[in-house]
Amino acid sequence: MSDVGCLSTDSKQSAFQSEKGKNAGPPLWLLAELTYRCPLQCPYCSNPVNFAAIKEELTTEEWKRVFAQGREMGAAQLGFSGGEPLLRQDLEELVSEARSLGYYTNLITSGIGLTPSRMAALKEAGLDHIQISFQDSDEERNNALAGSRKAFDAKLKVAQAIKEQGYPMVMNVVLHRHNIDHLQSILNLSFSLGADYLELANSQYYGWALHNRDALMPDREQLQRAELVTNRFREEIGEQMKIYFVVPDYYESRPKACMNGWGAVFLTVAPDGLALPCHNARDLPFSFPNVRDHSLDHIWYQSEGFRLYRGDDWMKEPCRSCSEKDKDFGGCRCQAFLLTGDARNADPVCGKSEHHHIVVNARREADHQDDVRPLVFRNTRNSVSLT
Amino acid sequence: MTNLATKPSRYCIPALNPGFRMQWEPAQGCHVLLFPEGMVKLNPSAAEILMMCDGKRDIETIIAALADRFPGVDTLSADLMDFVEVANERRWLSFH
Repeated sequence: MSDVGCLSTDSKQSAFQSEKGKNAGPPLWLLAELTYRCPLQCPYCSNPVNFAAIKEELTTEEWKRVFAQGREMGAAQLGFSGGEPLLRQDLEELVSEARSLGYYTNLITSGIGLTPSRMAALKEAGLDHIQISFQDSDEERNNALAGSRKAFDAKLKVAQAIKEQGYPMVMNVVLHRHNIDHLQSILNLSFSLGADYLELANSQYYGWALHNRDALMPDREQLQRAELVTNRFREEIGEQMKIYFVVPDYYESRPKACMNGWGAVFLTVAPDGLALPCHNARDLPFSFPNVRDHSLDHIWYQSEGFRLYRGDDWMKEPCRSCSEKDKDFGGCRCQAFLLTGDARNADPVCGKSEHHHIVVNARREADHQDDVRPLVFRNTRNSVSLT
Repeated sequence: MTNLATKPSRYCIPALNPGFRMQWEPAQGCHVLLFPEGMVKLNPSAAEILMMCDGKRDIETIIAALADRFPGVDTLSADLMDFVEVANERRWLSFH
């Protein structure tokens, strides 16, 4: 019994063990992006900019097969995401199937369309937890960012119902230049709604957010104030609500351990069945495998797309000889590709990267920005015209 | 049921918090604790204790039951109190 206190930690980053080399462990986290359709238009959406061209959604039976294969391999966490997963009429059936396979089931939603009766039906089906997004802390600003006049009111009602029905609630707010100064009221709102966890996720620059980067990136002062406000709030409320503050990696000097390593624990399946090591990997110039053509087992262990950057054989300098490569895995492959054109390069967020100036310049741009840049909203019209 | 701001006493009755689930994972060869968007691998001792946190037995009773099953472990009581304290801080357990 002497090892009774020796547990792995419960932080999100380190809860999963990463695997080195090509002899990967199983995927533990399966993200099911059920659809790219969404009633909201958030300009920092992580969905691909060309989502409008991606139409062939997996059927109910195809999703069930994917869930069974993932569970067989060892996946234990299943996220239902999108787009807005509630737009799938078979969501209850999919949750029920996933829960009976033994998954812990997470619904990642805008809340739009989640009536109390549907929420109860999902509970009946075995849904374990709901993560609801807010765009800001008051109606006008929230709705302007969401591109919907009804969003805030609907979200408030949904958040109340989540607690009434006894679900654990994670509230997620993406932070950026336009809402980060309202953090105190965002904290107050989430606390008053009874959120069990609050994720303050600074915008990460992929997909629509990369397109809108200059308009979204906060300056350094905004960020410092936000961290102060968050820490003060943490001290005031103690453990009653757990707050995660995800720092924007552009303001770091070392990259994030993206996905805990390529093909290490996370597996995303996009609405059309494309299997990806992370939900942003669609931007990379490779042909990733599709669950319509291959089993998840084959995809995870055999496919080139998942083996590409597993372990560290692929690394170039400065990553190859870096003493921190086991900690951050060279950062994010997608970010390296999007900013430098080569996914094998070090993530330019890293101060050791020869491309670090790209990130420094973006920060400088944010610091010296006086004008308000227009945001391009995520909707079908913009998707078509940008593609 | 609430999480405690102070250390749990021997007469508290612990139970897994709503939203937390423990299950055996064959692929990992261990019990895991699942919760919103997270997972913790449990060592056998931790799993053993959490299984006994059923909302019926108080900590004193759990210590006695474990002492019967693992005789000769001098630090059992202190270890268990340490574990319960950590589990309280991490919100795995609530008490009544």
